[in-house]
Amino acid sequence: MDIIVCLFLFAGLFFFTGGAVGILRFPDFYCRLHPAGKLDTLGLLLALIGLALFNLHHFSLGTLLTSAKIILIVVFVFLASPTATHAIVDAGVRAGLAPWTKGEKRR
Amino acid sequence: MDNVFLYSGLYLAFLMLLSLYRPLFGPTVVDRMIGVNAIGSKTTVLLILIGLIFHRVEMFVDIALAYAMLNFLAVLAASRYFQKRKGLYDEAM
Amino acid sequence: MEKKGEENLPQGPLANLNEEYISVRSAQGRRVLFYPFALTFIIMLGVWVVLSGKFDPFHLSLGLISCAIVSYLSCDLLFPSPKIKGLLRQWARFIRYVPWLMVEIIKANLHVTYLVFHPRMMELIDPKIVKFRSKLQSDLALVTFANSITLTPGTITVDVSIDGDFKVHAIDKASGDPLPGAMEANIAKAFGEV
Repeated sequence: MDIIVCLFLFAGLFFFTGGAVGILRFPDFYCRLHPAGKLDTLGLLLALIGLALFNLHHFSLGTLLTSAKIILIVVFVFLASPTATHAIVDAGVRAGLAPWTKGEKRR
Repeated sequence: MDNVFLYSGLYLAFLMLLSLYRPLFGPTVVDRMIGVNAIGSKTTVLLILIGLIFHRVEMFVDIALAYAMLNFLAVLAASRYFQKRKGLYDEAM
Repeated sequence: MEKKGEENLPQGPLANLNEEYISVRSAQGRRVLFYPFALTFIIMLGVWVVLSGKFDPFHLSLGLISCAIVSYLSCDLLFPSPKIKGLLRQWARFIRYVPWLMVEIIKANLHVTYLVFHPRMMELIDPKIVKFRSKLQSDLALVTFANSITLTPGTITVDVSIDGDFKVHAIDKASGDPLPGAMEANIAKAFGEV
């Protein structure tokens, strides 16, 4: 049981690492949104599923409710994260940021 | 198991420090917003990890839920505010 | 602008839709339809129980009262059409769509992670904006399609118009080319628009 929890948690941390490194490495605003908005979302999904499983160790009504709340967070983030990403893209487009194309200097 | 949670929490804090580069030095305002959003989603997981370490998950899970919503609202409000402002494009480029 | 629209009423499917909406509102007035009210009430009560976590009569009655008030005020937001038929089948189809989306998300996430950690990443990525027109009809299907595109990494929806004109920012050739493709077909199946 602990092994499954650790597996989920470390997979989540791996995707979080990808998100953080991607924000630093990618050349412009539009490319940085790809790791920021979505690698983080999947990382959160995996890590929180692992933690919800761990929380069910001592099975009772209280822990079941807590795990349900954790799953509620996951569902909310899955609905909200694309919307937030789209809001940021919209702000960038309206401000007139030009997308980076191949061969340009990184910004 | 507590040690695993402790060290993954520390690692998450390190990742947040790494993403703090964007809000501090990001060339445009929208870059800074990306950084803040990424830090917020990591904080949600970190809060639940803290709750598991202190054996008070049932309290911290509410805080995490509220924090996830606040993070979403903050990004929406900030992007709505900055898309109306001129002069965002050439800031420090 | 708005007055002009009122004078010459729009023709075609839009006019029909508008008329139907108005007739529903004016015929019923503030009368609450039963099925949307009941469904909203049940969903809200479930969320209340999960969030409060207390089962004594005082907290439960507080939940009942506040859920009744909120679902009375907003029952036409979540289920806009008063029809109950087909709603269950619709949800079953939609739930069948979710696992496919999850597999797609994980595959695409691994691809972006590979790009992030690649030492010569700057030569691999080739960002460009893809434009295409979707065949999906209803608003809900379009929103689901746009959110699914944003959730699968490598592609971000930049702009959607009401007719289904999409602008998508793709990070490299491999993630941008298969659009709209299989995802649109699956969503059309999930919303019964084949």
